[in-house]
Amino acid sequence: MKPSRLSECGNWVLDRFPVTKFWNDHMAHYYAPKNFNIWYFFGSLALLVLVNQIITGILLTMNYKPDAKLAFDSVEYIMRDVPWGWLVRYMHSTGASAFFIVVYLHMFRALLYGSFKHPRELIWIFGMLLFVALMAEAFMGYLLPWGQMSFWGAQVIISLFSAIPVIGDDLSLWIRGDYVIADATLNRFFAFHVIAVPLVLVMLVFMHLVALHEVGSNNPDGIEIKASKDPWGHPIDGIPFHPYYTVKDLVGVGVFLLFFATIIFYMPEVGGYFLEHANFIPADPMKTPEHIAPVWYFTPFYSILRAIPDKFAGVIGMGGSIVVLFLMPWLDRCKVKSIRYRGGIFKKALFLFVVSFLALGYLGTQPVTPIATTMARLFTTIYFGFFLLMPIYTRWEKTKPVPRRLTKDQSLEEQFHALEEQLPALIEEITELKPVSTEIGHPAFKSTFFNRRPNPKGIADVISRLAIKLKGSLD
Amino acid sequence: MKNLIALLLLLTLSFGVVASEPVELQEADIDLSDNASLQRGAQHFVTYCLGCHSAKHMRYLRFALDTGVDQQKVLKDIAPEGASIYDQIHSAMNKHDAEKWFGVQPPDLSLIARSRGADWLYSYLKSYYVDPARPFGVNNLVFEDTAMPNPLWQLQGEQHAESRRTIYGEYTKLILDEPGKLSEREFDRFVNDLVNFLVYVGEPVQLERERMGKYVIFFLLVFSVIAYLLKKEYWKDVD
Repeated sequence: MKPSRLSECGNWVLDRFPVTKFWNDHMAHYYAPKNFNIWYFFGSLALLVLVNQIITGILLTMNYKPDAKLAFDSVEYIMRDVPWGWLVRYMHSTGASAFFIVVYLHMFRALLYGSFKHPRELIWIFGMLLFVALMAEAFMGYLLPWGQMSFWGAQVIISLFSAIPVIGDDLSLWIRGDYVIADATLNRFFAFHVIAVPLVLVMLVFMHLVALHEVGSNNPDGIEIKASKDPWGHPIDGIPFHPYYTVKDLVGVGVFLLFFATIIFYMPEVGGYFLEHANFIPADPMKTPEHIAPVWYFTPFYSILRAIPDKFAGVIGMGGSIVVLFLMPWLDRCKVKSIRYRGGIFKKALFLFVVSFLALGYLGTQPVTPIATTMARLFTTIYFGFFLLMPIYTRWEKTKPVPRRLTKDQSLEEQFHALEEQLPALIEEITELKPVSTEIGHPAFKSTFFNRRPNPKGIADVISRLAIKLKGSLD
Repeated sequence: MKNLIALLLLLTLSFGVVASEPVELQEADIDLSDNASLQRGAQHFVTYCLGCHSAKHMRYLRFALDTGVDQQKVLKDIAPEGASIYDQIHSAMNKHDAEKWFGVQPPDLSLIARSRGADWLYSYLKSYYVDPARPFGVNNLVFEDTAMPNPLWQLQGEQHAESRRTIYGEYTKLILDEPGKLSEREFDRFVNDLVNFLVYVGEPVQLERERMGKYVIFFLLVFSVIAYLLKKEYWKDVD
């Protein structure tokens, strides 16, 4: 067949620029384990949110004015007078929170299945750098609307630098560019938020993915699929990323966007958590709000800061709570990756860590009271205990035997069918038949029939069985 | 261990009690689809609030378009004399005077419903009482020592505060001494209309946003189902 003009043109490009090679290396011939579960959606979702933030961000800069006198009003101008401005702004503000939700879940997945362990230490390090860059991005972006919380939140965080001995005051002055948060601060934060940090983020995402594709993805069983290959050199338990995981991730995207759209269209403030009420008041350097709380995604770290009595020690504690995450690959001494085959001690420790992280997050949104401070101290101790005691409790962990090949998970439908089959027996157990006699009509025609009534003993049995199963899963 | 869990639970639950508002707020009845209420609210705003407060992020034109009122009618009935339909709702009071008279510049009210909430505004406007110790002779239960005089006193009448002690603790009740031009029910409706208008002004696009959301979510449901079927088709031979 004679090549057409179009394909000749295409070949001309391909001879000079390896699009096909790139596509094959990273999509069509990139083998990912077959058994990814729900936890594996959040990586691609993080990428989706990043793209959303970049596009909506670019649109916002077209009408936003980084000037202390104009910033607040320009945001309201976007919300009211710019066509579709409100949608773009809500997509950006909701996207910020969504980014953290998705990233926290993505990181938790790594803890569950040991994705940070050998040989993926660098993926984890790049990921942690991404997390730090994301926090910087979110913090500087939050100043831009120039509301009361923007101003005072930034004031609190930047003043933390002044706690550093000797250079502290000069350092915070240098960061602000003024003695208080002011126009100079707003302008430099704008520059960092719209260009400097996004460049770093995109670079790090690239490195995160390159490192991932070099060693290959981990999986819920925590075994290396490259260990067993077919005669053509492809992992037997692997499957090409495209089209299999592209179509699968599309389902994740659909479900994620359903939640995302529900928030944008029906509850953009999320009760003051995504958009804080006090941020609808223009920044006023003369008036401190009654209660300064950072946005929800910073509250666990803010809680740690407040829990430690000394200001400088608090700053160290807050920084330490993030630094310690970087060390995960070396703190965890257990050879087994996945939580499925790890010992009970790690499961319990991880459970306590999650509880303390959530509790610290909640406490960070609340005003300081003596009880709250005591609780925050307790949970801070658990938070650090999880990491710092890890080399001890993971070394002698009683692990289960790890299979050599991937185990097969029940699909959603199979689980549903299994549940459907169990349901009649379950209903039989938690209810009992009781005769009911009618009160109406002539006694001669009185009939009795049976009615299902809840059976307390049966319900107690089912609950205790579930509890035993739950406890068993922690061993 | 069991005791510890119970203790933690108890302590966690008790935070809500510590952080609760000092005064219980009354509930405003917000209905942004009630155009008549919005129009009355806009009239009340211009008559009673605009003297000191602006709503500078709101344009008269936007109000006319959103509520379906004729533009000429908005200019005649709602906007002050001489305003253009394209104008934002600006107050005539200048900053210098305001600070001299009240000590602070009265805030712009465009976003007050988003920072304070409808119930707070509704309760605030109804909770003025006579207090000779204050510069304007009135104080407020919801916002202690507010700098704002009560612009609605002629309508509501004069109230005084009475502290009562019960087994649940001390609480303050407001008692109407002298009825104003409006009956209690009429006054409640008056304040409610005004708050309804302020909630609308806080985010004029609210109704439009909620209407649009249905279609977006419907589309995403269809998209998700199709994506799921596509995924099933691709994965059916994978074991």
